[in-house]
Amino acid sequence: MATAAAHRTAGTRAHDAHDAHDRPDAVHDTAAYEQAFDAAVAADERIEPRDWMPDAYRATLVRQIAQHAHSEIVGMQPEANWITRAPSLRRKAILMAKVQDEAGHGLYLYSAAETLGVGRDELLDKLHSGRQKYSSIFNYPTLTWADVGAIGWLVDGAAITNQVPLCRCSYGPYARAMVRICKEESFHQRQGYELLLALSRGTPEQHAMAQDAVDRWWWPSLMMFGPPDDASQHSAQSMAWKIKRHSNDELRQRFVDICVPQAASLGLTLPDPDLKWNEERGHHDFGPIDWTEFWDVLKGNGPCNEQRLAQRRRAHEEGAWVRRAAAAHAAKHARGTTGPARTTGETGATRA
Amino acid sequence: MTADVPDAPTAALTPAALALGDDALVLSHRLGEWAGHAPVLEEEVALANIALDLLGQARILLSMAGDEDELAYLREERAFRNVQLVEQPNGDFAHTIARQLYFSAYQHLLYAALAAGDGPFAPLAAKAVKEVAYHRDHAEQWTLRLGDGTDVSHERMQRACDALWRYTGELFQPVQGLDADWAGMEAAWLETVGDVLRRATLTVPEGPRSGAWTAGAGRQGLHTEPFGRMLAEMQHLHRSHPGASW
Repeated sequence: MATAAAHRTAGTRAHDAHDAHDRPDAVHDTAAYEQAFDAAVAADERIEPRDWMPDAYRATLVRQIAQHAHSEIVGMQPEANWITRAPSLRRKAILMAKVQDEAGHGLYLYSAAETLGVGRDELLDKLHSGRQKYSSIFNYPTLTWADVGAIGWLVDGAAITNQVPLCRCSYGPYARAMVRICKEESFHQRQGYELLLALSRGTPEQHAMAQDAVDRWWWPSLMMFGPPDDASQHSAQSMAWKIKRHSNDELRQRFVDICVPQAASLGLTLPDPDLKWNEERGHHDFGPIDWTEFWDVLKGNGPCNEQRLAQRRRAHEEGAWVRRAAAAHAAKHARGTTGPARTTGETGATRA
Repeated sequence: MTADVPDAPTAALTPAALALGDDALVLSHRLGEWAGHAPVLEEEVALANIALDLLGQARILLSMAGDEDELAYLREERAFRNVQLVEQPNGDFAHTIARQLYFSAYQHLLYAALAAGDGPFAPLAAKAVKEVAYHRDHAEQWTLRLGDGTDVSHERMQRACDALWRYTGELFQPVQGLDADWAGMEAAWLETVGDVLRRATLTVPEGPRSGAWTAGAGRQGLHTEPFGRMLAEMQHLHRSHPGASW
């Protein structure tokens, strides 16, 4: 952050506040830090890793960025499910590149989370033990090739609607990661749309496949914006901190308004009989979301929760000997070599 | 859809284009099976990256021989011309790395030779040899880490190198239409691979370099059992919708 007051706080850590009772001026300092932080947020300045920040702000960001990272890597699964069956070499290349991008997004986001003082291993452990979540959308199965297109169009579309405002998020490293991620996501979204368009204009069987996929992914995509505003526990604070810029319902409405004309140009329908333009509001009205299903999936009872987590755990456990080997090799060769490149087990893998 | 096709008459090129194209196509497919299963996130990126490079090569090569999708999706097992090495199942990470080491060292030598010549494959080889240099480096670095890592990784890497050794002789059977010094490449390959294995504290396998089939079987459409199942998965959707475009 750039304000003079905020700069004076640079280099301090949140846990300094714990010593408050030992130092007569500490309480006053913390209040000053808080004031500087609030002023920086109010002035739309970026908070950077070395700046003082409230413990709760740090914790919220760790939770949100980690779960975002987890969503990228769990989200590889439903699409990777079709890599080996992609129906043309061009589509196969596009899908492989997309899944690779998702792994890359996971890497950016874990790095952003690490600037807040947590480690990737610790976060992965929380994912694998179910203590941190990932987006509930990835607990739905990809049953046909058209699902790959529906994920691109609807799921990536919803993600972009959610994430573009995050490019202006108050925490600098997260905002910057989102700028890169959003560029790639909008590319994926267009590819998904184009995939569905090819199916929609193809044979009757292909058209039916596309419609079926949209029917299955529409409602879960709307759920990606989170619970309705009156049931969203983190929203108010996140908006005050400018981590979030718009409410869940606002973004959901924006997404519906974007999708309706796109569905029409795709030649596909959206599975909602209540969907219609409301002249007065200047928005589309749409039917009620099945929040019971949403909470069920969130609690672990969706169609693929078990499978997704099991595959993540298995990949991690079966890869343990590989990571140990890399660490052992690096340790053996650390002595006598120049430069920091061989000092940790992860650097070799990072280089690769 | 078709990738960029170099301007060249196809009929005379077909056997060689199919051999090289099928190698790249099949290995790319195997690497694609790793997506979401890699031991570390960086390897998700690396393996997908290599798979994409190979798929790109395959598309150009198959397009030199005809329609890439018809060739990939509508030929049966007996018509594929890839070496048996690339169709071997992934196994554990060491097995995948050993396959990559053997194949990328071979492919690098071959593409370097083709790039240096003025034959019809020179333009493709000139671009691909840069990609393959990266693949070879990746495989070499992991061979060193696994071979000279822990006791467990050493043993797994040795086992993988031994198991795949029998598929390496076929790499140097002359391919119709490719003008190359096959014996010279084989000697260079043995030296390169031997050097990596020794630096990785591994023993260079001593077993035969071809199985019960005559070496060159894959190039004649004689494959191993797992290959048919791989093709069944790869071709199923395309074959279920004859004539459709995607």
